[in-house]
Amino acid sequence: MKYVAQLARLALTPDEEKKLSAQLGSILGYIKKLRELEVANVNPTAHAVPLVNVTRADEIRPSLPHDEALRNAPKRAGGLFVVPKIVE
Amino acid sequence: MLNQLTISELSAKLSRREVSARETTQACLDQIQRVDGKIHAFLSYDANDALAQADAADKTIAAGEQKPLLGVPIAVKDVLAVKGQPLNCASKILGNFISPYDATAIEKLKAAGAIVFGRLNMDEFAMGSSTENSAFGATKNPWDFTRIPGGSSGGSAAAVAAHECIASLGSDTGGSIRQPAALCGCVGLKPTYGRISRYGLVAFASSLDQIGPFTKDVRDAATLLGVMSGVDQRDSTSVPQPVPNYCAALTGDVRGLKIGLPKEYMIGGLDAEVKAAVAAAVNKLQELGAEIVEISLPHTDYAVATYYIIATAEASANLARFDGIRYGARMDGADPIELYAKTRGAGFGPEVKRRIILGTYVLSSGYHDAYYLHAQKVRTLIRDDFLKAFEKVDAIVTPTTPTAAFKIGEKSDDPLQMYLSDIFTISCNLAGICGVSVPCGFTKNPKLPIGLQLLSRPFGEASLLKIAHAYEQATPWHKEKAAI
Repeated sequence: MKYVAQLARLALTPDEEKKLSAQLGSILGYIKKLRELEVANVNPTAHAVPLVNVTRADEIRPSLPHDEALRNAPKRAGGLFVVPKIVE
Repeated sequence: MLNQLTISELSAKLSRREVSARETTQACLDQIQRVDGKIHAFLSYDANDALAQADAADKTIAAGEQKPLLGVPIAVKDVLAVKGQPLNCASKILGNFISPYDATAIEKLKAAGAIVFGRLNMDEFAMGSSTENSAFGATKNPWDFTRIPGGSSGGSAAAVAAHECIASLGSDTGGSIRQPAALCGCVGLKPTYGRISRYGLVAFASSLDQIGPFTKDVRDAATLLGVMSGVDQRDSTSVPQPVPNYCAALTGDVRGLKIGLPKEYMIGGLDAEVKAAVAAAVNKLQELGAEIVEISLPHTDYAVATYYIIATAEASANLARFDGIRYGARMDGADPIELYAKTRGAGFGPEVKRRIILGTYVLSSGYHDAYYLHAQKVRTLIRDDFLKAFEKVDAIVTPTTPTAAFKIGEKSDDPLQMYLSDIFTISCNLAGICGVSVPCGFTKNPKLPIGLQLLSRPFGEASLLKIAHAYEQATPWHKEKAAI
């Protein structure tokens, strides 16, 4: 659970870890029923409506103005998002 | 009671100048004032903005212009972007987010003259079947305040059932439109995947999500579908299929149409009153001239498990964007990783955390093939079941839900039981077909709505709505109103 929570970048309290472990156990137990099915020769479906190579012309179009894009940021300065120090 | 009108009734009155958009909008706002304290369908609404839109609509009407939704107040699930309005997905993690743009579906509603107002309650990030997972408190069923309205679009269903708006929008990933529509006694349509652009819809499971309407009758659903459908450059999964005139399909004539009854849907947990109501509806369809054919969807029993792998896997990736950097709430950390983890730990509710963890697990190294890839293959089998069935029939009929609305708190401690309440609606999203729920009766004591689900082939909305409309017009259920 700790490893998966780390992968998901999700801080859990010890209480949450315990509860989630138990619930996940029962959900995974239920999901195991899929193993009853032989699917070796079945193609996977990623999207129900298969579309291929959806492209558009590579041209400049109006987009969100800079100020608008930053308006919902929790911290910003000088037209940029402010984040904690990443490199020394 | 202008707020009780359907879109078609209101449009007729507006164009004859019998009523104004302002009076209608005011009637909706008055109804919200009167009843929303009891049901909590709305998270927020801006009365002045709604009335300003209504005044603008009245001017357009006075100028003699005609548009399909001119002056019609429509409320929106808190998962769709409406420029200048809050967007929270009923979660704490979005903080004070204000949408910088309109979703394509909203843009189309506005272009059609609609008054777009209010943010409707939902399960956080559309994850749930009861609207109990909202970070801002549960919504209650207008027919019985001790019961859930369904979910995840519970606010959208309750608002229409309580006549707080003329119609509303929701989103459906595994039944989130059809299930609450059934439990609140309104019409809920999930269009074919790709029919309506998802641009501006906050993504839960991108290969399953679809926007759709909640309405008081089938004609209104057809009207809204026609307005919102069509390909969109900003959603590369929207499909370039022509948009027919859906209202023209509502002829009332279903003679000769074949409707399939899947034998796998007569499960043990099916409530006796629901079963009887659906059986009566099937008889009614037969009386109207449709031919009922027994069909088989052999992989039905695997749909819930398949769904909870695919939907959570996609959700775990989609919800990675809520990291406290570019928008929403932030919890500070010594480095970005700590900031992400603390922000997400504090911002997401229990069900969202459960699904992110499950989705991360089924995608993680060493488990991907055993869970995710395996589920995608089973998805093919489920889809093939439906495509095969649609070679023989025009539509499929089922209950929308195994029971009427359950009690608040009844399933909130048992996620698996909650997931199983979506058993009849989930396959439709996996198969990418279209489906609608229409009222088909009531339980006796207490009196709670029952929903009939009709399913049709990809882009088969015209015949789907034709059948739903013929059934609706031959029965009294859609005219019943919750005593609230």
